[in-house]
Amino acid sequence: MERIPILKMGDCLLVSIQVDMHDRLAITLQEELTDRIVAARARGVLIDISMLDVVDSFIGRMLGNIASMAKILDADTVVVGMRPSVAITLVELGLSLQGVRTALNVEKGMDLLRGSMEDVSEGQDAGTPA
Amino acid sequence: MPAHLPDQILVRSSEDLVRVRQAVRSRAVELGFSLVDQTKIVTAASELGRNMLDHGGGEGTVSLEMLTAAGRHGLRLTFEDKGPGIPDIDLAMREGYTTKGGLGLGLSGSRRLVNEFSLVSRVGEGTKVTIARWR
Repeated sequence: MERIPILKMGDCLLVSIQVDMHDRLAITLQEELTDRIVAARARGVLIDISMLDVVDSFIGRMLGNIASMAKILDADTVVVGMRPSVAITLVELGLSLQGVRTALNVEKGMDLLRGSMEDVSEGQDAGTPA
Repeated sequence: MPAHLPDQILVRSSEDLVRVRQAVRSRAVELGFSLVDQTKIVTAASELGRNMLDHGGGEGTVSLEMLTAAGRHGLRLTFEDKGPGIPDIDLAMREGYTTKGGLGLGLSGSRRLVNEFSLVSRVGEGTKVTIARWR
């Protein structure tokens, strides 16, 4: 069966979407990703869409759903690598990807995820009685 | 016209939408569309194709037509279904309006991505959306 690989890097999961998505593939990805977040105790999810030459409202909704599901499972999501032509088209289409954090590339995305994890752990440390 | 680039594509599943996107993309490339223009017409095609699946009785056809007028080149796409039709077109065109839990961007959004847009719908007979984008 066709599927999108999910790689583990430390406490982050890395997904690179390299094929044109149809519905079944999108649903499989959502299910596998949520399973892996729990199994790997992941705190961050990085989704690379640099290979996608089109993001329509279906894919936009899927990215938003993944981010919401991950959030409930206590993991942050960052979408990276959006092509400029895709960004222009998304804005004209009226899709602002609300609730989805983005970064320019994988490196900046990882920085963003690590930063938000550190914020959380510092916050927890501060709350712990000495 | 090469055999792998049909003029008409039957859309019955989201896998067919992948074929629609590929066909529209290769036509747009052939016509010399810029990358942004390619992306816009492919995205509009994807939205309107999905509308046929979600609202047009789950099936429809997409016709692709290359245009030349006054030295300009363009691409015209026609989406035709025999679904229930749209009772209130003004309402359906409104941004954010949805009957099936989508984002409500399909019609209003794809209209912004093209140069020409027309919608004809008869309740109980079907819907026909025609778009064109010029180079």
